[in-house]
Amino acid sequence: MSETPVDPDEVRHTADLARIDLDEDEVERFAVQFADILSYFDALDDVPEVDAEADLVNVMRADEVRDGLSQEEALRNAPETEDGYFKGPSVS
Amino acid sequence: MSVDAFITEETIQGADDGPLADRTVAIKDNISTAGVRTTCGSEMLADYVPPYDATVVERLKRAGATLVGKTNMDEFGMGTTTETSAFGPTKNPVDESRVPGGSSGGSAAAVAAGEADVALGSDTGGSVRCPAAFCGVVGIKPTYGLVSRYGLVAYANSLEQIGPLAPTVEGAAEVLDVIAGPDERDATTREAGADADYASAADGDVEGLSIGVPTELIEGADERVIERFEATLDDLRAQGAETHEVSLPSVERAVQAYYVIAMSEASSNLARFDGVRYGPETDADGNWNDSFAQVREEGFGDEVKRRILLGTYALSAGYHDKYYAKAQDARAWLKQDFDEALAEADVLASPTMPVLPFELGESLDDPLQMYLADANTVPVNLANLPAVSVPAGRADGLPVGFQLIGSAFGEREIIRAASAVEN
Repeated sequence: MSETPVDPDEVRHTADLARIDLDEDEVERFAVQFADILSYFDALDDVPEVDAEADLVNVMRADEVRDGLSQEEALRNAPETEDGYFKGPSVS
Repeated sequence: MSVDAFITEETIQGADDGPLADRTVAIKDNISTAGVRTTCGSEMLADYVPPYDATVVERLKRAGATLVGKTNMDEFGMGTTTETSAFGPTKNPVDESRVPGGSSGGSAAAVAAGEADVALGSDTGGSVRCPAAFCGVVGIKPTYGLVSRYGLVAYANSLEQIGPLAPTVEGAAEVLDVIAGPDERDATTREAGADADYASAADGDVEGLSIGVPTELIEGADERVIERFEATLDDLRAQGAETHEVSLPSVERAVQAYYVIAMSEASSNLARFDGVRYGPETDADGNWNDSFAQVREEGFGDEVKRRILLGTYALSAGYHDKYYAKAQDARAWLKQDFDEALAEADVLASPTMPVLPFELGESLDDPLQMYLADANTVPVNLANLPAVSVPAGRADGLPVGFQLIGSAFGEREIIRAASAVEN
């Protein structure tokens, strides 16, 4: 048995956090599959800690203005635009 | 007979002259091509047309290559069979009842079917090497940081690299010569390896080469695969290579660590697909959250939803330490194991895939079984190392891939060893 059983409510809550609607069939199916997959992940519990310090170097360039996309290019793939802006759902 | 390798067939002419002037190249459909739609195999990006070229595309065009189209793939690279594509499956040119492997299945199939001379794929956990093995072609997963990811639509940034597929080791290395090297638009690229001449390393000379064989990557493989693998080792020994067994205990946790990390990164990367800047036009209503959730329900397929949800779960309060932090520990452990093994060997060898190509439809219903097939490829991505899959003959008429793993920026060694497998 998994240490982390997954019930449909937990799948619904996670889907809510991830902003993905699911229909009831999907919730049921995912609950079964997630229990399977998460219990497989339980094997990570016995992984030893390893001392590994990465060598970090600063790779940021100087903050100077460069050409980017034009407004037209940036908007080209948007399903809806208005007056040169992206158009999103209404804030309610 | 088409094997459905392409999502979009369109010719993009490169420069008149250059090292790839006589070559046609197929491009995986998660690599941006200016003015040519780039779908990632997803309904979400079915109409997306990038305003710019990926760095690798720019470099191919400058080298004179002719691009012939965008190849089919598992949706956002999430799969091992190319069956999770929203555009339908690709068939394996060797046996059309089988999958071509994934996620770069269209790229491997295009090369195997002769529909392109060479191709680019991307490899997050084996997505170049698996289809190369299943279709009987060569695929290289470069060291993390050798090839620019600018313009590659992100799935799991800390793991993925763009890599070439070709009928021969030398052919793949010629493409690597063109695409490798630092890029100021990808801060994770490195200077190391930029000036190496990869194609010239394909000289087939393995006299005195030391090959380590990780026992954990042989156990559990299909017997027909092991038979081809052992025969290939015999052949390399006959050419003057030395082989010895090594043990990498950490690889027993690699699949778990890989999926936790990849899913976690995916849950963050794919948050951008909300239907505002790009995405399908829908009649979604309600507030921002309702509307986003409807677009994402419609635009994403099952496997993508599964990975985003599991990644969200693994990063959520109360579970982060249990899953994500432990997966990072496993990743550090793997790197240490590989460092030790590669201190005693020039290269490591294993079967690329522990199984023969699946039948179409065979593995769709059981995601965990599909994840387990990645056991031999994901450790390489977690350790940031280079690897190549080279054809090692056939079993029951189906291709078997032989994987060689090198030290970081040790592409020349694995290319040399792989070219000896072709002898």
